[in-house]
Amino acid sequence: MKKWANIRISLPPLVFFVFLVGMWELVSYITRVPEYILPAPSLIGRSLFANVSLLADHTATTLTAVAGGLALAISTAILLSLAMDRWKPLKQALYPILVVSQAVPIFALAPLMMIWFGVGLLPKVLIVALVCFFPLAVNLVEGLNQVDPEAIELMKIMQADSLMIMKSVQLPTAMPYFFSGLKIAATYSVLGAIIGEWLGARAGLGIYMLRSMNSFRTGDVFASIVVVVLLSLMLFKIVEAFGWLAMPWKKKISDYNEE
Amino acid sequence: MIKIEKLVLDKINSTYYSGKKKLAVLKDVTLYVQPGEFVSVLGPSGSGKSTILKTAAGLLRPDSGKVLIDGEEVTGLPQLVGYMPQQDLLFPWKTMWQNAALPLLAAGVSKNEAFDRVSEMLPLFGLKGFADYYPYQLSGGMRQRAALLRTMLIDSNLMLLDEPFGALDALTREQMQDWLLGIWEKFRRSVLFVTHSIDEAIYLSDRVYVITERPGKNAIEQTIKIDRPREKSILTTRDFTIYKQILINALAN
Repeated sequence: MKKWANIRISLPPLVFFVFLVGMWELVSYITRVPEYILPAPSLIGRSLFANVSLLADHTATTLTAVAGGLALAISTAILLSLAMDRWKPLKQALYPILVVSQAVPIFALAPLMMIWFGVGLLPKVLIVALVCFFPLAVNLVEGLNQVDPEAIELMKIMQADSLMIMKSVQLPTAMPYFFSGLKIAATYSVLGAIIGEWLGARAGLGIYMLRSMNSFRTGDVFASIVVVVLLSLMLFKIVEAFGWLAMPWKKKISDYNEE
Repeated sequence: MIKIEKLVLDKINSTYYSGKKKLAVLKDVTLYVQPGEFVSVLGPSGSGKSTILKTAAGLLRPDSGKVLIDGEEVTGLPQLVGYMPQQDLLFPWKTMWQNAALPLLAAGVSKNEAFDRVSEMLPLFGLKGFADYYPYQLSGGMRQRAALLRTMLIDSNLMLLDEPFGALDALTREQMQDWLLGIWEKFRRSVLFVTHSIDEAIYLSDRVYVITERPGKNAIEQTIKIDRPREKSILTTRDFTIYKQILINALAN
């Protein structure tokens, strides 16, 4: 029964999407809009396949920045939120600054990264990390805050040490929050890498996009957009899969609710 | 030789602070539990019954008064006791056996041995075959029994139970009372049991303390002289009705 429910959920948007693409194809065929303004889906498809290996190289570059930035953001966010949870004065001092820091647009910080660290991989990694850090840290702090004080009391009665309390109460409580932060971060990460590449790089999807734009190869621009979308979706799904593996109890609860 | 009580609360005064507001919760509450005795604290909601248990467990430090366990003063120090809070507090991310095994693991018992010791107890707690179930997959009664199993596995012969059956439906509750009496007869631990049900207090206890409302104060102390093992048929006996009348009167004043 459950499989049917899934298909019912995913089928309507799929049908509608195919319909939209079909309309797009039809309209560009009838109106003959110049392809440097709006290329037909079929043309985008062609440019996608014609440049597969080139696109793959650029994607690999972008993915490296994404992976590095995510890893940096995750480790910093975990360390900092655990520290803030343990020492409340640190939280009081740091947390408001963290929130305010989000008012600084990433577009404004990215050029600074370029000035300080050049056009290599490092500034992209840092930009991705900056974009991803905030949703991760905020969710982790919030998650650690949700710990039931009665659960801690119970563990203390059992004379559990603080490592065990951390492992059996605090981390599992924060886990779902961490993963919802990670989902947001994963989708932001590609955006961060692309912005970094726009400002100066030798390779990457952002550069491919920029070069295609400058030579009015709009089909190639669209092709890189398709790759970016697929990349974000893939990262999102990977995070979701990790979430399922890390939280078997959640998986079972959602199964339970569906039935 | 002086007889040492299992648990003594001596003139406990406790205040609850909420911002600038001060609320007296307990006023000179005194009680004791003898080794192997089943004692209930009966009172309306808001009479500070949970505060009594938390104070006894050392989770709350009273404004004044002393807590003694086995004759030793332990006021305000979290003690290794079989404390069971009002909510079952089974961790949703742990399976039933993992939850029950927590006190063993906290005491440094290896995982394998903890599993064996939990498994051994499952039939007695009506949980055989449910070791790998997550709490949400268990019925209300099973969750309470799992929480009680966890409490039993805390290495202490004093149990502090805070309305363990409060959230259950009436029928399950009655079954659980009989089941708890069975367990208690078998292990004979000292129990301090908090409830707001008069019948439950009489049915289970050797002695009942009635606590008045806000601030909680000792009203009466009533010994229940009904032979054990007890069965539900005693609920309609004359003795039972007399005790019930006494407790109702004490609660009404």
